[in-house]
Formats: sequence, structure tokens, C-alpha cells
Amino acid sequence: MEGIEQIITEHPFFAGIDPAYTHLISNCAKNTRFDPGQYLLQQGARAEQFYLLRHGRVVLELSGPGRGTVTFQTLGPGELVGVSWLIPPYRWTYDAKALELVRAVSIDATCLRTKSEADHDLGYELMKRFMPVLVQRLHAARLQLLDVYGARG
Amino acid sequence: MYSPAADPMCPRVVRVRRRRRDGPDVWTLELEGHRDEPIAFEAGQFNMLTAFGIGEVPVSFSGDPAHPRRIVHTIRAVGPVSSALTRLGPGASLAIRGPLGTGWPMSEASGRDVVLVAGGLGLAPLRPAIYRLLSERARYGRITLLYGTRSPKEILFRRELDAWRKRGDLAVEVTVDHTVEPWQGHVGVVTGLIAHARFDPSRTLALVCGPEIMMRFAADALAACGLAHGAIYLSMERNMKCGIGLCGHCQFGGLLVCRDGPVLRYDRLAATLRVREL
Ligand SMILES: Cc1cc2nc3c(=O)[nH]c(=O)nc-3n(C[C@H](O)[C@H](O)[C@H](O)COP(=O)(O)OP(=O)(O)OC[C@H]3O[C@@H](n4cnc5c(N)ncnc54)[C@H](O)[C@@H]3O)c2cc1C
Ligand code: FES
Repeated sequence: MEGIEQIITEHPFFAGIDPAYTHLISNCAKNTRFDPGQYLLQQGARAEQFYLLRHGRVVLELSGPGRGTVTFQTLGPGELVGVSWLIPPYRWTYDAKALELVRAVSIDATCLRTKSEADHDLGYELMKRFMPVLVQRLHAARLQLLDVYGARG
Repeated sequence: MYSPAADPMCPRVVRVRRRRRDGPDVWTLELEGHRDEPIAFEAGQFNMLTAFGIGEVPVSFSGDPAHPRRIVHTIRAVGPVSSALTRLGPGASLAIRGPLGTGWPMSEASGRDVVLVAGGLGLAPLRPAIYRLLSERARYGRITLLYGTRSPKEILFRRELDAWRKRGDLAVEVTVDHTVEPWQGHVGVVTGLIAHARFDPSRTLALVCGPEIMMRFAADALAACGLAHGAIYLSMERNMKCGIGLCGHCQFGGLLVCRDGPVLRYDRLAATLRVREL
């Protein structure tokens, strides 16, 4: 095993995955880097990849007229950026910006979706790994929405 | 002889020695007793504070138990009594009853890793525990403070957080729910930090203080990391009147928060915490 395949195997998001899948996934993957302030993905654009963070932190932001830019999450090494590639219409719903120098593995979404259609076991394996992340982020969003630190009632 | 200080129903008059702003609606008052009398307390306990002519409310100690002559309370102005208290300047009088309630389990923490999870103003009641832990640092394993609040401008005790971070023998992680200001720190809910914290669940004690929903999520996240319910302590809040287990005002299921708490072990609370409107 070498290079990108090794990196994917060692990334916490894919911990314990069947080596056969790592091989398939690594055929869709490449190393990438972002300078501080550079965007990994932008709201509205096509979700053509997702990122496994290896180094550096990324902020997720939403902007709206009159409200400025709200940062609602920071992600760091070992975490994952981008889940909209899984669900039609495959468009990003927020911006992700490098807070510092970021090194990541970029995984091509079309490539992985095609492989998952051809091999549903791979697709199921991916779903089992993405669902907990989605659920955790949903719980976090609910807590943020409740604004628990504000005065009650 | 009758001693007012020994009677928990009898308030004693104290004065504000210092007042410091610690957040948009948050003020820390340092109080001095009559003839500088000491008020010994345990980390996690509270006083009933009276703003004369307005009312009495429970407020946790936020100072160092090693300095019983320096009574410190950190108060957020949310309503009539708390707002009146935060307006008291140096020299102004108020009354206190206490110390009341149970403290954080400091002796049980000895020899173990300690994770403190604070949400919003919940850092204030945990601060006395942090002072205790740091004053006898060698007695404990790894110590981690996870603190979440709404936005960067609402972060409490900034200078102390920086100083604790610099010590190197305590991991301090601060997160905010969201921010529109430039901020290099973490953004996200405090419970999200728990999975990334380094502690050995088989020998860890967790002290949690903050809004009740946040504490519930925190307890779930700690349990998901392998902590037993009996190793998680929460500081509960209920409206109070007598503060000493007589009136029933603070009833929470089979518990009276003023007498059995405010610091309670999660295995005693878990089922009741999930009952609506209790
Ligand atoms: C054991 C214990 C320890 C406490 N420690 C502290 C402390 O260290 N510092 C501190 O500032 N407060 C603390 N509190 C909470 C404090 O007692 C209340 O904020 C206070 O009773 C409010 O009284 P009030 O008359 O100002 O407002 P109220 O008239 O009682 O309430 C005004 C409004 O504020 C809301 N409100 C009341 N309490 C809170 C709260 N805690 N958080 C958010 N909104 C609230 C009410 O729902 C209402 O909408 C503690 C409570 C308990 C039980
Ligand atoms: S406040 Fe009276 S019993 Fe608790």
C-alpha cells in the first residue's frame, strides 16, 4: 500500500474499513492544500468532492443579506468537510474556508457515487460512516438553534 | 447564645468590595462580611442573595474556597433580583444566607482524570472547583476544561482562561455556538468537544454545569465515551425560596435541589431529567 491509499486507511473517518474499499476510494482521491482564507467549497456550487482533513482547521460559514457572515462550525484534522455530494441536487449549502494552511484528501464525488452504484456494499459502508456525522451535526444544529445560553422564556 | 451566622434562615448583611464586568449582562461581585468574617464554603455550593426591597435568589460561589474572606459571586442580570444585584456598586449592602447545598465531589476526584464541561454562565459555579484542582494539581490525573458559550463577546473570565491555558497542566478548550466577529478559536457546540478530549473513561470524573438541555446532551456525550452515569455530576437549577429543604419550591421528582443538590450525580437524575415540564 502506498501514498494516498495509506493516508485514507489512517484517516479516522475510514478507521477499520475493508482494504478493498480503501483501494476503490483511493482511485477517486488526490492530495490537496489550501492557504489561509481560501475556500474549500462555496454555497450554491456543485458538490463535486468532499475532503478528509489531515492538517489545519476549516470554518463553515453562512452569509445572508443584512446578517453578515455567521461561522457555525470549526472542523479540524481527522474530520470531514462536505456531505451534500451524497444527496441530490448535489449543491453546497454553506461555505467552507481554510482558517490556516489546510492539507486534505479530496475525494471526487461523481467517481465515488458511480462506484457506489456499481457496488452497493461500498455504498452501504459509506452511508454507515456518513450517517453518524450527519446525525451529530443535526444534534449540534438543534442545540445552536435552541440558543441555550440565552435568558429563558 | 443565638448566633445569626449559624441560622440558615437568618440573612447577614454584607457589602460589595469590588464589582467587575465579565460579559454583556454579567457582573462579578466581591463581597466582604461584617468585621471581615470568613465564610467557609465548598466548591459548588451557593448563597441566597437578597437585593433589599426586591427579593432573594440563589447564586453559586464563583471564588476560591481557599479565601473564605473573599466571597465572590458572578451574576447574570435576567430579571428583577439578579439585575438589582448586578447594579450594586462598591460599598452597597446586600444580604446573604449560606453557604447552602452540596458541593462538587472534590475528594472523589482525587487520583482520577477530571473533565469539566461548562456552558455559558455555568463556568462560574465550576470555577471554585478549578481553583481547588489546580491548588493540589499533583493529586489528579489529566484535567480538561471544555467551555462553550454563545459568542466570543460572552466568554467569561478571559484572562483566567488564558492563564490556565498557559500552565500546560490543564487542557482548556473554548468554543462558541456561532460568531460574526473574526475569531480564531473553535466554533460549535461544547458537547462536540467531548469526543475529542483525552481522558481515560474508566478513571474519569466529569463535572458539568450549564443550561439543563446542554447538560443533558453533555451527559449523553460523556456516557457515549464510556463514562458511567455514576461518574458524572451535574449542578441543577430550580427556583428556590427557603434554600434549606423546608418549602418544597425546588422539588425535582423525589429530590429537593436546594438540599440534595445543586450538585447531583447523574445516575440519580437521568430518568427524571427526561420527564417533560418537571
Ligand atoms: C443553585 C443555583 C445556583 C445559581 N447560580 C447562579 C449564578 O452563579 N449566577 C447567576 O447569575 N445565576 C445563578 N442562578 C440562577 C439565579 O438564581 C436566577 O437567575 C435568578 O433566580 C433570577 O431571578 P430574577 O428575579 O432576577 O429573575 P426572574 O424574575 O426569576 O426571571 C426573569 C426571567 O429570566 C429567566 N431566568 C430565570 N433564571 C434564569 C437563568 N438561570 N438563566 C436564564 N434565564 C433565567 C426567567 O425564565 C424569566 O424569563 C442559580 C440558581 C440556582 C438554583
Ligand atoms: S427551596 Fe425550599 S425546599 Fe428547596
